[in-house]
Amino acid sequence: MAKARGFVEFNTEACKGCELCVKACPFDVLDMNHLVNGKGYHFSYMKNYDQCTGCASCAMVCPDVVITVYKVK
Amino acid sequence: MSDIETYKKELLAQGAKKIFTKTKNLTDTPFSYCGGCGHGVVHRLIMEVVEELNITHDTIGIAPVGCTAIAYEFMNIDMQQAAHGRAPALATGIKRTMPDKYVFTYQGDGDLAAIGTGETIHACNRGENIAIFFVNNGIYGMTGGQMAPTTLPGMVSSTSPYGRNMDTHGYPLSLTELVAKLPGTYYVTRQSVHTPANVRKCKKAIQTAFENQKLNKGLSFVEIVSNCNSGWKMTPVESNKWMEENMFRSYPLGDIKLPQ
Ligand SMILES: Cc1ncc(C[n+]2csc(CCOP(=O)(O)OP(=O)(O)O)c2C)c(N)n1
Ligand code: SF4
Ligand code: SF4
Ligand code: SF4
Repeated sequence: MAKARGFVEFNTEACKGCELCVKACPFDVLDMNHLVNGKGYHFSYMKNYDQCTGCASCAMVCPDVVITVYKVK
Repeated sequence: MSDIETYKKELLAQGAKKIFTKTKNLTDTPFSYCGGCGHGVVHRLIMEVVEELNITHDTIGIAPVGCTAIAYEFMNIDMQQAAHGRAPALATGIKRTMPDKYVFTYQGDGDLAAIGTGETIHACNRGENIAIFFVNNGIYGMTGGQMAPTTLPGMVSSTSPYGRNMDTHGYPLSLTELVAKLPGTYYVTRQSVHTPANVRKCKKAIQTAFENQKLNKGLSFVEIVSNCNSGWKMTPVESNKWMEENMFRSYPLGDIKLPQ
């Protein structure tokens, strides 16, 4: 079976840089940006975007509901 | 166009669908909580369950005193804020006057297990048909990390700088096991929201608590063991690890009382 594919989008201004999504992603897709958002937090972004499966693990643990998940079914 | 934008377009062309986004039951106001704090996840789960059960206009929440005193700013439903510890008493009054509404309290351990111990135990003992969501982070988060009845043995807090000493501070209090013994409680469980799997389990428990209200068989009590990375003086990732290694030993996860 082919690996599921998906991608995520961030409400970057709402990110508080907690890194919990980076830790929760089973496929090492996410990382913290060296840039900061308007509040001064480093924000999460898709470093290895083509590895995303749309599993939503990152969105499950994000306390600030920053992440929207898309998946090819 | 950047590579990532091209990639997203490609997947959308292949039929990629939005499978998760913020529920409309949360307002656009950003949470006032520290980055990485479990309160945000618990707020989201309660609001998702209320949306999925289609009871948004029939649910009344009670906010406590603590970091979540202004939960009504974030939860897009009818809410009332209670004096410190009094949420179960307020919920009792609301549920008894409006028995068709779904009523829940949202309380921290300082609120529920310290100043509100009496209200908690008696609401449970009376078997009020409400749900209590109890977020236990082992300290008073809002006021600066003071020791709570739930603080672990040896745990450092701003008022126990040498660690909790049972000789003078007493033992950690687990109201969850205590109320499970009362005939008035119908469902008692302990959950967490620190991993995707735990988040999904916790959501099921919250859903069960709401569904139970239809049965009129007593109180549903859901404890969520959570972090207070600011009060514990750790990063969010460190605090979740510390919670797994320490909090879960005193507060083991799992169902404590299931409907017969
Ligand atoms: C009657 C009264 N006593 C004391 C306080 C001060 N106070 C505010 S929040 C709080 C403790 C909250 O701790 P907890 O319930 O654990 O919630 P958290 O902030 O950790 O989520 C205290 C003692 C108050 N607001 N009202
Ligand atoms: S959806 Fe899954 S694979 Fe994609 S970034 Fe989030 S956790 Fe990683
Ligand atoms: S979990 Fe949410 S708030 Fe935390 S870094 Fe990831 S996107 Fe930002
Ligand atoms: S002080 Fe603690 S409980 Fe309060 S928002 Fe910050 S991390 Fe959460």
